[in-house]
Amino acid sequence: MTDTNAGAFSDRAHSPWAGVWRKFRHHVGAMVGAAVLILLILAVLVGPWLWQIDPAFIEPKAADMMRTRNLAPSLAHPMGTDQLGRDTLARMLAGGKVSLAVGLVAMAIAILVGTAVGVLAGFVRWLDGPLMRLTDFFLALPLLPLLLVMVMLFRDALAGALGIELGTFLLIVGAIGLTSWMQAARVVRGEVLALKEREFVLAARSIGTPPLRIILTHILPNVLSPVMVAATLGFASAIITESALSFLGLGFPPDFPTWGRLLYEGVEYMQMEPNRVLFPGLAISLTVLGINYIGDGLRDALDPRQRLR
Amino acid sequence: MLTYALRRLLLAIPTLLLISLFIFLMVDLAPGSPMSEIPRSIPPETRARMIAALGADQPVFVRYLLWLKQFFVVEPAYLIDGWFGTSLGGDQQRILSWQSRAPVFDVIGDRLGRTMTVVGAGYVIAAAIALPIGIYSAYRQYSWFDQLGTFVAMIGYSVPTFFTGVLLIVIFAVNLGWFPSYYDASLKVKDFASLSRQVWQMALPVTVIALFHAAEISRYTRSSMLDTLGQDYVRTARAKGALEQTVVIKHALRNAMIPVITVLALGMPSIFGGSIIVEQVFKINGIGGALIGAIVASDLPMVQTLTFIFAALIVFFNLVADLLYGMMDPRIRYD
Repeated sequence: MTDTNAGAFSDRAHSPWAGVWRKFRHHVGAMVGAAVLILLILAVLVGPWLWQIDPAFIEPKAADMMRTRNLAPSLAHPMGTDQLGRDTLARMLAGGKVSLAVGLVAMAIAILVGTAVGVLAGFVRWLDGPLMRLTDFFLALPLLPLLLVMVMLFRDALAGALGIELGTFLLIVGAIGLTSWMQAARVVRGEVLALKEREFVLAARSIGTPPLRIILTHILPNVLSPVMVAATLGFASAIITESALSFLGLGFPPDFPTWGRLLYEGVEYMQMEPNRVLFPGLAISLTVLGINYIGDGLRDALDPRQRLR
Repeated sequence: MLTYALRRLLLAIPTLLLISLFIFLMVDLAPGSPMSEIPRSIPPETRARMIAALGADQPVFVRYLLWLKQFFVVEPAYLIDGWFGTSLGGDQQRILSWQSRAPVFDVIGDRLGRTMTVVGAGYVIAAAIALPIGIYSAYRQYSWFDQLGTFVAMIGYSVPTFFTGVLLIVIFAVNLGWFPSYYDASLKVKDFASLSRQVWQMALPVTVIALFHAAEISRYTRSSMLDTLGQDYVRTARAKGALEQTVVIKHALRNAMIPVITVLALGMPSIFGGSIIVEQVFKINGIGGALIGAIVASDLPMVQTLTFIFAALIVFFNLVADLLYGMMDPRIRYD
């Protein structure tokens, strides 16, 4: 009700996010991407309640198992079954949960590290040089080979210490997160360097605000928008990286489905059962496409030069 | 410019040393011992001798320095020996693979050509497709061509190469049977028939690489071209009555190409990284495949050397990109 009356005559300050949301809503690609992503997340979260077949269920009798192997899609198994007679839909739902969780957590690590490095480098002058050299150093590392090497070296040790599921999850999430924070750090540092010279920071400093408070209340909220764009791109690339690792056989262990792992297992059977590679591949591609479109929409919506128009 | 180039070259040396140290230490200090591959039935003294024979009983820094010497002194010496028939290498120890007991560089030299051919062809084709599309998309912004191009580029950029590769195999190799589904490394190009078979088996992997990178390059070209087309000097050129093609090609395109060429150079190392996946999909016997094989077999010298070569490629192409940027853009001064 106030929406129509507000507008030009209201002296109530508009939240800057309202404008962002308005722009975002008009970005067709971003809205479709968001819808697809939300659908996929819902499917992965709610799906296992609706589709109650255990993804690890194998017919206990060998004869039954042989009969349920490599079935084509049908009503009982909408996506067919795999070489052990496990239901592919259930495995897709379980695998999607892991793939999305890996993407989210790895992205969160990358963003946390990247923002911390960027803020420190931009705000603390004597840290700027060393931290940026560190960033350059990480950018010069061959990331995919290094990730593969890290998985090879630490998988067994971590799996032994923390259990195979948690160990692998932490290893992959940590490895991806610690090798993809550099872009965020660079962007944040640039923003912080510019923000530091602004009057409101000077004002805050002159009334004696401690540096930590300045960072928390004045700097961080203002670097939120580039961080959000970096986060969406990081989410997409983390999902792709995890799938690539699993696809190369150096990700999650065999009985622990992720979309990349399902694709990897399907490759062996793709001559007879192309569905085995089609479904996980489509799931990865749709997720990444959706996230990338959201990122595009966010970038347009958050770009202040465009908002003025 | 020359002093800048020299300074950058000199700066690359400590960077490379640091990276090599990082890789060496990470591989070395990791909990998974390479010796865990030795069966338990072997008695301890034999085990100790095996470890000593591999040189794994020395302290870390001794082995690091030895590896450095082997990589930067012994191996180039052998390379020169191979070219000119000299004997600079003498009988010095080369970097040996733990898997095959063959020198690591012989394996790499054998496979590098294959990776280069596939990856290079893919990248050249990607650039050849993407540049015109990106330029025309920007020139006719929001036209149906632009909309379609942007959409296809977004898809190409989002769909991972391991899925495109598998999809192409299912469609064109399994269902249609037009192309072989894997790469036959033993094929030697001697005559026209074997050349056409070579082109045929390269078609699918090259397409996968080309599609992915074309998407990336065309997105970049489009936005760079959009930037320059909006510049004042382009408006001035139009206002003074220059031909449209002169405006687009001479005034806009030449300036738009500066960042694009830099990005092309910066993208080179990432295609070598990406080749790991493509080689795995199409069973190409290249350096990416060698890395995976070495990782699975815990062949540490091979893993260290290959990872370092990937790192050296990145540092090298970063350098090339920086120098190209300075050479092409006269506004940039390095004083």
